[in-house]
Amino acid sequence: MGYALDFGWLNDALGMIASGAAMTVFLIVVTSVAGTLLSIFGAIGRRSRHAILRKLVAGYVELIRNTPFLVQLFFIFFGLPRLGIRLDPVAAAILAMTLNMAAYSTEIVGAGLDAVHKGQTEAAKALGLRPRIIFIKIVLPQALKVIFPALTSQIVIMMLESAVVSQIAVRELTYEADMLQARTFRAFETYFIVTLVYLGLSIALRRLLYAAGRRSIAGGMA
Amino acid sequence: MIEFTFWDIARNLLLAARWTVLLSIVAFAGGAIVGVAILLARISKRSWLRRSAQYYIGLFQGTPLLMQLFLLFFGLPLLGFRIEAWTAAVLGLTLCASAFLAEIWRGGVQSLPNGQWDAGSSLGLHYIAQLRLIILPQAFAITRAPTVGFLVQLIKSTALTSIIGFEELVRTSNAINNATFEPFTVYGLVALIYFVLCYPLTRYTKKLELRTAQR
Repeated sequence: MGYALDFGWLNDALGMIASGAAMTVFLIVVTSVAGTLLSIFGAIGRRSRHAILRKLVAGYVELIRNTPFLVQLFFIFFGLPRLGIRLDPVAAAILAMTLNMAAYSTEIVGAGLDAVHKGQTEAAKALGLRPRIIFIKIVLPQALKVIFPALTSQIVIMMLESAVVSQIAVRELTYEADMLQARTFRAFETYFIVTLVYLGLSIALRRLLYAAGRRSIAGGMA
Repeated sequence: MIEFTFWDIARNLLLAARWTVLLSIVAFAGGAIVGVAILLARISKRSWLRRSAQYYIGLFQGTPLLMQLFLLFFGLPLLGFRIEAWTAAVLGLTLCASAFLAEIWRGGVQSLPNGQWDAGSSLGLHYIAQLRLIILPQAFAITRAPTVGFLVQLIKSTALTSIIGFEELVRTSNAINNATFEPFTVYGLVALIYFVLCYPLTRYTKKLELRTAQR
């Protein structure tokens, strides 16, 4: 059987691939920021004095971590309209990704908070700083420094997982690949190229985060 | 239109969940076997083998599983293999699992002190026997928690095989949803079934982690 690989379509498809990749990058940037912020609140809630809050956050984390992202996405996109919450695909994707990311990083951020020595808080208290300032200026930066590698991995995993949101017609990289292969009938070549784009994105994202992390978070503290 | 009661929906979903469970078991077993081979290459004394294994692991950990499934599903027929969704699903998940398991176990092997290898060779054991009798059993024991943790991840990953057309839990739920227009109930139940499958394993992982931490 003679099948010759054909990449002749690639020139015309570069625009679609680029716009898909831009959407994927947009999704992951929004999700990383929102997810990390949310997970800081999650980690605080997990360590709260109120048992109800602790249990609620724990329940949320376990629920997300023990169900597939695809099902969470379908539940939010198809299921929530039943409750009158109707979201367009991009909003649903961002919501699902953020909720997913937040559950995983709640555990990560929590581990970071626990790793900061108690003496740091006590010393800050002795200096007369308010609890909120102590958390934002003293505890959180040190925690973030410890967990930065784990958080980076989680962001890369989330980026790879985002391929799934093509299933609710968000026009990201995988969605564009689906469209392309339907038009060119070159499914293998299309997915091959797009897989390489994902590989490049994940390597670039990892490098970028490490470089940024070394400069801003670890800078002057290590 | 056929009327679906709640019980009909639940029963059909539970029947479909059997395929999710079967696929998870087959892929985990296959992944473990291939994973040991990758592990051996990853810790080999030959640098080209080590490097190849490293690239293999990096490739599977650096690309979406969905793309891996698509490439197998559309790529293997080009090589002249007749392939069905089930074959592509098993193969894709097996290869992906092998990369992750090899990386987990490598951590276990490298955490063992070199004295374990030395003691093995001083007993006159050759390389394979050292691995089989001394190194691997300890490495597996140390990494039991992350290995079970990965099984949870694998069970959740089987959901993606619905996209290439394998009739497991999610694909069945899509069909039921199209017939009943009860997305809230259907996907809620699906989430519940996955939760029931995964949560005990997650609890077990936590217990194992605590036990290692106490040591």
